Amino acid sequence: MTGRRGGRPLVPAYLSTGGVARPSRPHLERLSVLTGAGTPAPAGLPAAQLALLDALDDGSLTVVEAAALLRLPVSAVRVLAAELIDRDLVLARAPIPPAGRFDPDLLKRVADGLRALKHN
Amino acid sequence: MAFAPSSTTSRTVREVGETSDAGGGIHLPDTARDLVKILVAGPFGVGKTTLIDSVSEIRPLHTEEPLSEASAQVDDLAGVRDKSTTTVAVDFGRISLPGGVVLYLFGTPGQQRFRALWDDIAYGALGALVLVDSRRIDASFDVLGLVEESGLPYAVAFNPFPDAPRHYTEEQLRTALDLDADTPMVTCDARDADSSVDALLALVQHLIDRNAPEDDR
Repeated sequence: MTGRRGGRPLVPAYLSTGGVARPSRPHLERLSVLTGAGTPAPAGLPAAQLALLDALDDGSLTVVEAAALLRLPVSAVRVLAAELIDRDLVLARAPIPPAGRFDPDLLKRVADGLRALKHN
Repeated sequence: MAFAPSSTTSRTVREVGETSDAGGGIHLPDTARDLVKILVAGPFGVGKTTLIDSVSEIRPLHTEEPLSEASAQVDDLAGVRDKSTTTVAVDFGRISLPGGVVLYLFGTPGQQRFRALWDDIAYGALGALVLVDSRRIDASFDVLGLVEESGLPYAVAFNPFPDAPRHYTEEQLRTALDLDADTPMVTCDARDADSSVDALLALVQHLIDRNAPEDDR
């Protein structure tokens, strides 16, 4: 998917998913973590799915990071990732435990971490 | 470190520079456990990307988000040359904190026509830091409206531009923005990392305070 002049990917986003507009699973968040399952990619995998799988070779990415890397809208990456998850090629996990965002301990760790940044 | 540009990644990942960590990539550290996000919201040109850039460990990335047809009708593209499709760029950055927490900052445009996009980005966010431009205070009204409608807790960071026509006192600003008494408001130079971190801390402390168990709840 080398960018051409003007910086747009050669394959438009709406074709990258093979025309599928909605992911097969309920909700992949922007910060859901995608990790490659480590199994070899089967033959005949669509190019955009393969590109996403390749991007996960070097480590985990969030959905939004994968979108930035592949220059696709988040909505397209959701579709691609869901298909790879359905085929057990990619694992996904939620960014934080459900209902965990107002966990006092989590907020305290964010605050402590930010304070530590300042003293560096 | 060798980083041969592959055909799929060379265009969007930054070059490995002197400030990058090993590999220079954007893959998550293995220690990443809890991923949280804060919205950095404000009108165009207020300094959202500047703030994100000042604290992010990766150079801010962006996604191009298509806007709905409804918004395309009213989207003001004046001054945006060569704009053939209606998308909006959403910048984001990342800070890995000790303890396995990774904080993401999403620069979020605050116009009402971005409502659907806003809702998607705001999903699961801890809160929002609303940037206010000292030259265009009224440009932040839409943003504040969106934040309040979405129920996100927020703090206001006032970014004083040197060429601002006048100086406001905190009281005048609070009145102009119609802020609740307990909504934190800080002055923030988005170019300065410590100043940006202070603004984020003001928000996080507000989140801690409002979630603290109190007798009257």
